[in-house]
Amino acid sequence: MLKSLKIAVITIALSIIGLSANAATLDDVQARGELNCVVTTGLAGFAAPDENGRWDGFDVDFCRAVAAAVLGDGEKVKFVPSTGKTRFTLLNSGEGDILFRNTTETMSRDADLKLTFLPINYYDGQGFLIRKAMGISSASELNGASVCIQTGTTTELNLADYFRANGMSYEPVNIETNEEGIANYSGNRCDVYTTDASGLASTRAALDDPSAHTILPEIISKEPLGGAVRHGDDQWADIGKWVVNAIISAEELGVSSANVGELCAAAGDNPSINRLCGTEGDAGSWIGLDSKWAVRAIEQVGNYGEIFERHIGPNTPLALERGLNAQWTDGGILYAAPIR
Amino acid sequence: MSETVAVPPQRNAISRLWNDKESRSVIIQVITISLVFAFMAYIIHNAVVNLQAIGKGFSYNFLWQPSSYDINQHLIEYDSRSTHFRAMLVGILNTILVAICGIVLASIVGFLLGVLRLSKNWIINRLAYCYIEYVRNVPVLLHILLVHGLIVHAFPVPRQAISIGDVTFMTNRGIFSPKPIYEPLFLVVIALFLLALAFMWWFRRYAQKVQDETGQHYPVFWIGLGTVIGVPLVFFFLLGSPITWDVPELKGFNFAGGMVVRPEFIALLLALSLYTAAFIGEIVRAGILGVYYGQTEASYALGINRGRTLSLVVIPQALRIIVPPLTSQYLNLMKNSSLAVAIGYMDIVATIGGISLNQTGREMECMIIVLTLYLVMSLIISMIMNWYNRHIKLVER
Repeated sequence: MLKSLKIAVITIALSIIGLSANAATLDDVQARGELNCVVTTGLAGFAAPDENGRWDGFDVDFCRAVAAAVLGDGEKVKFVPSTGKTRFTLLNSGEGDILFRNTTETMSRDADLKLTFLPINYYDGQGFLIRKAMGISSASELNGASVCIQTGTTTELNLADYFRANGMSYEPVNIETNEEGIANYSGNRCDVYTTDASGLASTRAALDDPSAHTILPEIISKEPLGGAVRHGDDQWADIGKWVVNAIISAEELGVSSANVGELCAAAGDNPSINRLCGTEGDAGSWIGLDSKWAVRAIEQVGNYGEIFERHIGPNTPLALERGLNAQWTDGGILYAAPIR
Repeated sequence: MSETVAVPPQRNAISRLWNDKESRSVIIQVITISLVFAFMAYIIHNAVVNLQAIGKGFSYNFLWQPSSYDINQHLIEYDSRSTHFRAMLVGILNTILVAICGIVLASIVGFLLGVLRLSKNWIINRLAYCYIEYVRNVPVLLHILLVHGLIVHAFPVPRQAISIGDVTFMTNRGIFSPKPIYEPLFLVVIALFLLALAFMWWFRRYAQKVQDETGQHYPVFWIGLGTVIGVPLVFFFLLGSPITWDVPELKGFNFAGGMVVRPEFIALLLALSLYTAAFIGEIVRAGILGVYYGQTEASYALGINRGRTLSLVVIPQALRIIVPPLTSQYLNLMKNSSLAVAIGYMDIVATIGGISLNQTGREMECMIIVLTLYLVMSLIISMIMNWYNRHIKLVER
């Protein structure tokens, strides 16, 4: 009996040491041959399993881009679904290597929750979804409404601030996931559903009759959405940061999944493209990868514009315009730091 | 032990100690305890090291920062400028509220089920049996989700509310009812009520004494009811009903004014208490069946009527069997209330262990608070039930 107790103690102790060891994330990921990416439990267009059970969406493609750069194959991703509440714990405890989950960058999350944010990949703001039949045309008419709100989000705090600042009252209906939000909203438990405008577009597309619902014109907050990694592994943070920058730069430079093979076959006349392709300089080695890191990412998931069009653009059920998320050269504020 | 015979020659003291039954058990206990402590020390050390590794300190200062979020059901004054500490108090009160209401309701329904289960009427007996078997074999989380879903989808929206006499309204946002507003004269009624209670306490002892001395029996229950309820009621009307009512009114999206019982509370209360009642029903049945039938027959033989046989002979003895397992059921109900988070009822887990935890990133600190709170509440329930158990148990003479 004593022996079995001893064995049990040693096993438990070892497994805890195993869990806590997360020194070099890049080595861990490459040794494992799989990237653990924290995503939402399901938000159509951003991250949700398709009819074949394959994860698909805007955030999912950024996970795949990182996997393609690091492991050479964008399919080698294990998706870790998380609620607004569990996401940071999953990342900080080492269950996930990287997080792409409609996550707003804030100072407290960056400094106090010990996350390192990657470049912003979607500029969003908080809006309100409401039934057209209610006859409401502005958020300032929402006094006394019941509002469905996901817990553990920045939107929860913005909501409290907005109603307080405008001297209105409301009944918060707290929900954990977007699915619960849809159930409560469509069951009329709440008059209004609030979250990031992109999330509302996704939610509306999933409702029985999307045309019966409208998103109010007011955007009450800034929600810069981006990926994140744990504090303490700068190399890993750099990899995430520059994969996102490469995806955004690729669109600016006119490199897409269709022409990347051709453009990157040999060094051309445009040095910026050459550096992205790895045919000039050795940007890959600065982040501990080979020279074709960006090429693989672009080849397998495409540039920013392609990802946007495929999952959330005007031709998808979400029908989101580029707006702020256009390249800086096209009147947007998408502005990736140069690769050099 | 000393009478152990013919111990073979020992090579050293250690194996001698090991072969001695008493010292061996001491050695094993010492080793086990040191292993347990070493394990705990390791876990704590591990947590400290890992928290340091990601640069997070251990501090409860966040409790005094504004929470910045709203809570729909708060028994004390609360808004988004209140502190996380106050949000925690709101959560504690919400948990206590649902636990107490749940325990009361579960006990009533449970006792009823236990009695119905023993009924000689075949249909009643089988109905209770089917209810118990269905309810206790489905996880309580599903009951909670089911009841909540039913309320949200089956009840009408506020604009089509089911009106009860134009003062109480049933909607899928909750039950809105008039809220009493007490005028100063109402204090007289409350004072009378307390006086009546004090009188009854004295009268009960007096009646007991009279009965012990003379055998004369007073109808204590009816006199009590008349005094405690009747006297304050008469004075309430004599003073001109010193209560006004704040009746809820449909304003915009929702009813304003009055009192509201939210669907999350109703769903949690119903699901928890109806679930626990099934277990209590079986415990009550076992308790009653555990009292030897000869006791009842003996009581009848002494000419004691049926009702008094039940209340003086059967139930006091059944309670001795019922109370210990009943305590576990009460504890289960209280702990199961943490499933509230599934439907967004703002209890301890949803406030300090949920939103506060998430908004501040203080996982370790918040979870320690939550664990401690549940432990304390469980211990309090155990203490009360153990006191009650001692109170009713057989007095050995």
